Amino acid sequence: MKPALSVIFFTVMSGAGYGLWCLLGLALAAGIYPLSGMGVLVPLGFGFVLVSAGLLASTMHLGRPGRAWRALSQWRSSWLSREGIASLVTYLPMLAMAWFAFIGHAGTGLRVAGALLALGALATILCTANIYRSLKTIAAWRTRQVLPLYFMFALLSGGLWLWTWLALTVGAATSLAFPLALLGLAIIAAVIKVDHWKCADALPVNTAGNATGLAMLGRVRAFEGPVTEESYLTREMAFVLARKHGARLRRIAVTLFGLAPALGIAVALAADAAWLAPIAALAALAGLFVERWLFFAEARHAVAAFFPQTQA
Amino acid sequence: MTSLPPPAKKKLGLVIDLDICVGCHACAVACKEWNDGGAFGPLPDDDPYGAEPHGVWFNRVHSYEVTADRSSENVSAPVPQMVHFPRSCLHCETPDCVTVCPTGASYKRAEDGIVLVDEDKCIGCQLCAWACPYGAREIALPHPKMPTSDAGRKDSKRGTMQKCTLCVDRIYNETLDEHDRQPACVMACPTRARMFGDLGDPDSDVSKAVAEREGFALMPEFGYQPVNRYLPPRPRRDGSGAAAAASVSAEETLDTAQLPSLLRWLDKALSR
Repeated sequence: MKPALSVIFFTVMSGAGYGLWCLLGLALAAGIYPLSGMGVLVPLGFGFVLVSAGLLASTMHLGRPGRAWRALSQWRSSWLSREGIASLVTYLPMLAMAWFAFIGHAGTGLRVAGALLALGALATILCTANIYRSLKTIAAWRTRQVLPLYFMFALLSGGLWLWTWLALTVGAATSLAFPLALLGLAIIAAVIKVDHWKCADALPVNTAGNATGLAMLGRVRAFEGPVTEESYLTREMAFVLARKHGARLRRIAVTLFGLAPALGIAVALAADAAWLAPIAALAALAGLFVERWLFFAEARHAVAAFFPQTQA
Repeated sequence: MTSLPPPAKKKLGLVIDLDICVGCHACAVACKEWNDGGAFGPLPDDDPYGAEPHGVWFNRVHSYEVTADRSSENVSAPVPQMVHFPRSCLHCETPDCVTVCPTGASYKRAEDGIVLVDEDKCIGCQLCAWACPYGAREIALPHPKMPTSDAGRKDSKRGTMQKCTLCVDRIYNETLDEHDRQPACVMACPTRARMFGDLGDPDSDVSKAVAEREGFALMPEFGYQPVNRYLPPRPRRDGSGAAAAASVSAEETLDTAQLPSLLRWLDKALSR
């Protein structure tokens, strides 16, 4: 699949924003968040920037961005439509929470808003993952790791930004449970991602014989494509560039989103070095950009089997 | 509404005979011509006369080389067979291209099963094209290298998904003579490799052809239940083909005693 920058930017940035909102909301709902007032507003606002930048970027992928509002109508059947609704509805508890934090209210209202924000964020991540997971034509996206990975990457990248805020205001080592949970999440996510790549590599590749049904007559080789030039189908669905540098890019991705944050957290906690937190958060975000680029670029679409360009 | 309609009795579609298709691309060109100039909607090109021509086609003809696996038989090398393969929307009964659409632009008609895109609703998210394993959908996006002053860029239909309409603006068009109410690709085919009809009616010509020739559906494993059917190439008349003939010629013997005297003298003269 062609890795469209708008979609990569959207899934990575919005994912981080929703992960941040989810953890902030949960901490407030549980009454364990150490700060109030601006201490809530700043990470909430940062999440707003991440989420909104991602959502705006996603409209760049549309042929007719001005009609994006129409995407809210088909929630009965379409995960993309559900995602649109979930992403807009999640702004409501965000606004309520911002208002409560602004007026200095810290009671039940804030807790309920926090719980609803976490719920909305999780629902949106679920919808995003299912947009890809529901496509039968791309086998690598239907593997069992895709859904948990979308959740983990969102919570990891967003959580690192929340921890960055806490480390810079309260101190890196004042609370151990949260950064240690993030450290564990970084390692588990890396392990599951490697497992996903292994599974995706082992998937059978659709062949011209199967695509045309001519396999019953013998060995089928695409002799000539329909046109000498590229077409929308070969550009969009028969994108083959990534597999050349796949192995190296995979190592870079895992290093940046898995090893770097894990190491950063460990050192920051041991040496009480808060300045390592934003570096870990940035590394994770960069790693996820590479991971998401590969998620698209390495995915094989069933239709590619018709074309001579992608013949094995 | 992108939920699928209840299963229709009428299933309009195409039957394509791979045995007689000669790969002339007339169907693709006729489709392009009708849908470029017809009333329903344009089939735009982004850069038709540039260095890298690029545009939307509803119908594309592939060519495949099929080599029979005959290792068990006593034939030196099987001769490959060329199969030309027109590919277009199969108007599936339960396609995901309809259900993934977030806007309701992609829909399946309840009355005859034709899958269409509502140009006025489509936002161009391309999810339907991603959901289709048959490559039936192509988006009309402006070519990045096309000059912005080009009139084509202002085309109101750009930025939306395009697909085969089964010539819905021909098959019900009462201003056309009755025998012309068929898809343009079917009308154009010089070998009559394309047939149009109701595959939901077991007594229709298309259903009979499918039953007689064991017509097959493409990639049934996706569960989309394509309506269009392909008729497989017939087996070669001589199972061993030209390769067998070639291998025999080397060992051919000539009984000169059977020849007329003039030819016997010629054989003798030429064999010297």
